[in-house]
Amino acid sequence: MLRLPEFRFFQPATLKQALALKADAGPDGMYVAGGTDLYPNMKRRHQEPRVVISLAGIRALRKQPAARRNGGTADGGYALGAGLTLTEIVEHRRLRKHYPVVARAAELISTPLLRNMGTLGGNLCLDTRCNYYNQSYEWRKAIDFCMKKDGAICWVAPSSPRCWAVQSSDLAPVMVALDARLRLVGPSGERVVPAAEFYRNDGIAYLTKQPDEIVAEVTLPAASGWDATYHKLRRRGAFDFPVLGVAAWVRWDGADVADARIVLGGIASYPQVVPDAARAIRGTRLEEDAVQVAADTAAGPAKPMDNTDFGLSWRKEMTRVYVRRALEELRDRRR
Amino acid sequence: MPRPRPPRPPRTSDRALITLDLNGERTPVAFAPHKTLLEVLREDLGLTGTKHGCELGECGTCTVLLDDQPVLSCLVLAAACDGRRVRTVEGMGGSRLHPLQETFADLGAAQCGYCTPGFLLAARALLERNPAPTRDQIREALSGNLCRCTGYLKIYEAVELAAARLRGETAEPKPETLYGLR
Amino acid sequence: MACGRERVVGKPQRKVDAVGKVTGRTRFADDLALPRMLYCRLLRSPHAHARILAIDTARAAALDGVRAVLTGAALPLPFGILPVSQDEHALALDRVRFIGDPVAAVAAVSEEIATAALDLIDVTYEPLPAIADPEAAIAPAETPIHDYGDAGNLHKLVSLEFGDVAEALARADHVREDLFFYGGSTHLAMEQHAALADWSPDGKLTLWSSTQTPHYVHRALARVLELPPARIRVIATPNGGGFGGKSDPFGHEIVVAKLAMLTGRPVKITLTREEVFYCHRGRHPTLMWVRTGVTRDGRITGMHFRTLLDGGGYGSYGVASTYYTGALQTVTYQVERYKFEGARAFTNKAPCGPKRGHGTPQPRFALEVQMDKLAEDLGIDPAELRLRHLAPPNSVTANYLRIGSMGLGTCIEKVMAGAGWKARHGRLGPGRGLGLACSSYLSGAGLPIYWNDMPHSGVQLKCDRGGGVTVFCGSTDIGQGSDSILASIVAEVLGVAMGDVSVMTADTDLTPVDLGSYSSRVTLMSGNAALQAAERARAILARHAAHKLTVPAERLVFAAGRVFDAEHPETGMTLAEAVQLAEAEEGTVGTVGSYTPPRSPGRYRGAGVGPSPAYSYSAAIAEVAVDPDTGIVRVPKIWVAHDVGRCINPATVMGQVEGSVYMGLGEALMEDMAYRPNRRLLHKIPSLLEYKSPTTLEMCDVETYLIEDPDPNGPFGAKEVGQGPLLPIPPAVANAVYDALGVRIDEVPITPEKVLKALKDKARGAGRYGPDRFPDITWPAPTVVAPPWEGGDGRAAPSPGASPSPSASERQH
Repeated sequence: MLRLPEFRFFQPATLKQALALKADAGPDGMYVAGGTDLYPNMKRRHQEPRVVISLAGIRALRKQPAARRNGGTADGGYALGAGLTLTEIVEHRRLRKHYPVVARAAELISTPLLRNMGTLGGNLCLDTRCNYYNQSYEWRKAIDFCMKKDGAICWVAPSSPRCWAVQSSDLAPVMVALDARLRLVGPSGERVVPAAEFYRNDGIAYLTKQPDEIVAEVTLPAASGWDATYHKLRRRGAFDFPVLGVAAWVRWDGADVADARIVLGGIASYPQVVPDAARAIRGTRLEEDAVQVAADTAAGPAKPMDNTDFGLSWRKEMTRVYVRRALEELRDRRR
Repeated sequence: MPRPRPPRPPRTSDRALITLDLNGERTPVAFAPHKTLLEVLREDLGLTGTKHGCELGECGTCTVLLDDQPVLSCLVLAAACDGRRVRTVEGMGGSRLHPLQETFADLGAAQCGYCTPGFLLAARALLERNPAPTRDQIREALSGNLCRCTGYLKIYEAVELAAARLRGETAEPKPETLYGLR
Repeated sequence: MACGRERVVGKPQRKVDAVGKVTGRTRFADDLALPRMLYCRLLRSPHAHARILAIDTARAAALDGVRAVLTGAALPLPFGILPVSQDEHALALDRVRFIGDPVAAVAAVSEEIATAALDLIDVTYEPLPAIADPEAAIAPAETPIHDYGDAGNLHKLVSLEFGDVAEALARADHVREDLFFYGGSTHLAMEQHAALADWSPDGKLTLWSSTQTPHYVHRALARVLELPPARIRVIATPNGGGFGGKSDPFGHEIVVAKLAMLTGRPVKITLTREEVFYCHRGRHPTLMWVRTGVTRDGRITGMHFRTLLDGGGYGSYGVASTYYTGALQTVTYQVERYKFEGARAFTNKAPCGPKRGHGTPQPRFALEVQMDKLAEDLGIDPAELRLRHLAPPNSVTANYLRIGSMGLGTCIEKVMAGAGWKARHGRLGPGRGLGLACSSYLSGAGLPIYWNDMPHSGVQLKCDRGGGVTVFCGSTDIGQGSDSILASIVAEVLGVAMGDVSVMTADTDLTPVDLGSYSSRVTLMSGNAALQAAERARAILARHAAHKLTVPAERLVFAAGRVFDAEHPETGMTLAEAVQLAEAEEGTVGTVGSYTPPRSPGRYRGAGVGPSPAYSYSAAIAEVAVDPDTGIVRVPKIWVAHDVGRCINPATVMGQVEGSVYMGLGEALMEDMAYRPNRRLLHKIPSLLEYKSPTTLEMCDVETYLIEDPDPNGPFGAKEVGQGPLLPIPPAVANAVYDALGVRIDEVPITPEKVLKALKDKARGAGRYGPDRFPDITWPAPTVVAPPWEGGDGRAAPSPGASPSPSASERQH
């Protein structure tokens, strides 16, 4: 059997306790929420924290989806505790009603079993993935490891100075498309970060969050006046990470698109915003040619690498198809 | 570039001690603190009914019910289960089989039987939440469990038959299920 | 054999092991533990091809908790499933031949300590050039992977000719030449391999192992450990899936045995999922070239079939696999003349071996897709083409395979009716299509793996005074229900309830030899052995009961636990009473039964692979929906008809059909043993996440027709069902994709990328994706055998300097 390495396990009841434990442990300590990303990684020795601090018992992280009433956001957005499980997100009736794109993206993640365990925050902080990285210690040793972990070379782009591991969360592109806000709690206080600024285009340093900060809450913008969708491409209908994700958001002004955001997942080290594609549909009614231009434009910057399931040129071609389908869905719903 | 740390053999003789509500009984157990629920069930409690196919959460073979929810026991830390309710295949039925076990046995939904405990528990959790699932709902609920023997079809039929019986209906398998079309 | 009035046979029965499996009571190998047990882990090669220059185990041995460290030097005798290719060592002796090849072993007090110890073993390797694919294997090699083989890195070359095929092709009305490629896949049983060895100081070794072939493991252990077989006991634990992946004797089985002998403690090993990918022994990736000549109405006058198999680093069953890629082409449709050339290459990857279908799914794919192309060329409906020229029942093929019952025509008609073929084929609209394919499979190989004159299966029966019966047989239940087959047959003949029959199997100390669960042999062979033993027991009991009841023995009925007069049912006794009578008169009541397949008519070298006591037949129609924008193929439904001869237990037959369809679908759409040739030849995806196996959401609906046309060679007429229904699925899907979009994917798996490429190709004219060349190979001079209808007698024509009939060792293959 593959087994976890030894570590000391703590189950703090408050954020303050969790932060203190992490401060004590320093770089040898890591937080864990559902464990569905960290524990497989620990079994394969990607991360080997000697101290694991569970966030599962912290009530403050499990704020049920509810409309915000006081302070902070003037527009009355919706707040979700980062410790909510993916199943709770999927099944929450009011969230499904007002933010179906979030429930939909969450429901596409992995399997029902994993969704019972994995959390919103955990999925947003999901480690980047790569065929050369997500392997056992022995496999990686046979290739002299890789730049992301214990080695020097990025095997998917051997002459590249950077790591090309892939952003593989389904909720991340959606949150960027919605311009959601993440509230981070750290040893020096709290801060709020727009989703787009939470991610960095690097396979190793893929989050702007500090290792000792905890994602406490995600706030979604007020639910009216816009529509969004998420389309996921993968080989099977369960288990598989996205080899391409398309999150599309439009703000309607009557029948016209007043504003838009299109975000690609699964094809870069971060959720990749494609502003030129969004620009192509602003001011339109998502007519066929506008949609086609946006789809073609979105495919341009998409540069998938050979480190996931499926070949990279097919995934790039599919960018065009999936952006088109996402926009057509928004158009058809508007009618 | 940092040299990789070679795998460390375990040094601690620390033991975590928890009490599980295991198949309806208060069960204390002590184990090395970094063990998963799967490992503790099999190795420290002697309950080998829960199986493993990958230990990475990629197959569903290790499914158990934790506080009534089906979860991957290979990714649950046993130390996080103190006071919680765990149900394994050993707790299904007793001197008589649970209706799901009856139908799995009668329809041949268990071939090699290795994935069966995981499917039984995932199906049990489904029926506890939704006593009359459609075929699509069954497929979705079981989409996190892999089987290489059955092709899933007899499993769906066994779940449907057991669901009907649990709802108090007298139900028998359709002849085509057992004989094929002629 | 009686049909139609059975009480047990033919009815759906709960399997004898069903309760164990649904309660978690069944003990698989990793569930076993013995006091003071040690845990073994293997160190595996990180190089695809290298010499081992030195191994230093001192640091590992010194680690606290380690009790023994082994290297290849401790187990220098080679082994291998086939006598002609015993090219494996339990731990690599001086060469490693694929990444994952075991090199050293540690036994420690915990699995974690054993794992940590592996990293403390220092191996000095001299890397050698690695051979990534068969094309590279054909070129002459400076350091061939093995020091044996037919030509450098070409392990095996086969060349057989049955009639003058060139002449037949020349006079054909129409000739097609096609190329196909069938990718490699693995068994992916949910249970990882595990074995537990125990050595007692009086010199007895016991090995529990998840194996399909305890008898072959027994032989390998005796050979490598140099122990008398009578001092070795091999117990096959219930397999959590096998599919051919657990039919080789494995190095890890020998290693734990040796470690148990050295330490005096039980030693267990359980492979990680990644290690199971390295064990492999799965589907050979196979390139195929087929040239077929037909008359205007579609009869095959001649067929020339070439295959090139990618064998991986070791022989395994590969020589047999090579022959299998050329054997069954003739048992479905009439082939007047047939020429086969097959080559297996060694490459530096995990060894390939038998996976469900064993070498026949690949050529079946080629044949069934080519048949569709021929049908289109000739303007004949693909189903009609097949129906016109079915191989007749009770006939002998050009390559001397004896066909008995042959229900393929009925199978085709059933699926045609079920799928609405005539109305819907070619008419479903763009993006949707139907495809038909057929197949056949052996009900057990006609020859054993090692040459001998002994039965292939043996059964002992014990009748207890209390009325219970125990069946002893070496057969192994791998989930297919073989234990239940034994119980059903015995229960039927002796008239007892299934619950009164105990089945004891797969224990070399307790059970007579059965060769193992492979080639779909168990129902037919152990079933026939059980039938014989049961009938002998019945005769003994009948004799004594008849005497006591003063009723002629022929009038006695065995049913409901009684033995009674058919004409006066109240005149009788319980079975228990009959046993007691017999035991009082002649002593302990026990019988034996055995089964040896009939000798096949082929007498040429290579004739041993292909014959079977009976062939099953299957037909399938797949309905597909293909998205032309993405190339994604969905298969909502498959109709399948299987000629099983007779269902001993229809519920288990259904399970085997549906499971075979599932596995065929997985191969057709997504399963792929991929390697990275530019990255040291590492396995690209050795995990359950990345090696794609269909979930509930990909599995299609299946409508199953069971065709029963009892075969005289099967027990109660039964033929195989565990492998046959897999074979038509990939070609049916390929043919359906053609019906849907007009593109030919002449490759498996049929992936979206290939479909899109073919669609683009179609815009330029052709509309095909597949291989475009077959490399040049220097084939040996063919073994020439005249077909039966051209005066042949099954023997090869003498060639100058060669002996006309094969030697004993050659007769194996």
